[in-house]
Amino acid sequence: MRELITQTWAWWFSGAMIASIMFFLLYFGQSFGFSSNLRTICAAAGLGKKTKFFDFNWKAQTWNIVFLIGSIIGGYIASQFLSQGGPVDISAATINDLSKLGIAAPESLQPNELFGLEAVFSLKGFLILAFGGLMVGFGSRYAGGCTSGHAISGLSNLQFPSLIAVIGFFIGGLAMTYLIMPLIF
Amino acid sequence: MKFIKFLLLGIVFGIVMAKSEAISWFRIQEMFRFQAFHMYGIIGTAVTLGVIGVALIKKFNIRDFHGNPITFFPKDKSIARYLIGGTIFGLGWALSGACPGPMVVNIGYGFLSMIVVFFFAIVGTYLYGVFMKKLPH
Repeated sequence: MRELITQTWAWWFSGAMIASIMFFLLYFGQSFGFSSNLRTICAAAGLGKKTKFFDFNWKAQTWNIVFLIGSIIGGYIASQFLSQGGPVDISAATINDLSKLGIAAPESLQPNELFGLEAVFSLKGFLILAFGGLMVGFGSRYAGGCTSGHAISGLSNLQFPSLIAVIGFFIGGLAMTYLIMPLIF
Repeated sequence: MKFIKFLLLGIVFGIVMAKSEAISWFRIQEMFRFQAFHMYGIIGTAVTLGVIGVALIKKFNIRDFHGNPITFFPKDKSIARYLIGGTIFGLGWALSGACPGPMVVNIGYGFLSMIVVFFFAIVGTYLYGVFMKKLPH
């Protein structure tokens, strides 16, 4: 039993749980879209005084900020009580490809070369994290949603714009993986 | 108290994302290199069940717990904003290995360097708000 919990959870279980979360949010009168929180945080920080995009009734989005806080707690529970801290069991092909970029085989969930303290406090490492975040935040709002809003909620509703956005996610992801990362890593 | 259900849903979301390793930079790389089914299985299962469920909600006019009809707001018609915005998002997703949800799950998990990524995601959203009028939509 304990093994069942501490090992990697199956894709079908995870997928079914994510769909359930989306349906619970719909049942509670809301919709599943995580990146909206970034706009809400800007509005709550008072940026709506100068920029109209952040001048809206952000308090109506409190439920989503509470969901965000829950996600942080969930991550903490998973690491403290439900994991053994083993490496991610990715395919040998990926390990081989990443080694050519100077990323060693996994020792935990994240590569030390990118998320270790040494990386964060180096100029290059900091810039990688900063630009990564910057593009996610800029792109998700430009596209009107992220993985949860477009790939999950939007595709579930068979929305054509979400399909375009997801195609964009992959154009960008493939360009970064195959063209840009070999240049900057 | 009315927010407790959202806190619980968030906790479940965080646990599921962490335990299925969807918050891992390695898993995102594996996905963009088409070297495993795992991430496609997660997203594919969620979307398949989502399509069925949303169709049922519409067919039977299922209401939410307030008694209001569950409505879906269609997104604005456009190609440019979704394609360009989506591509920029994808560049960042592959580089940082996290979309906004997994960023904060990672922070809870103990990968505190994700605070940098999340902070700059907020800055990115702010920059969009400042320059949105000048961008093609």
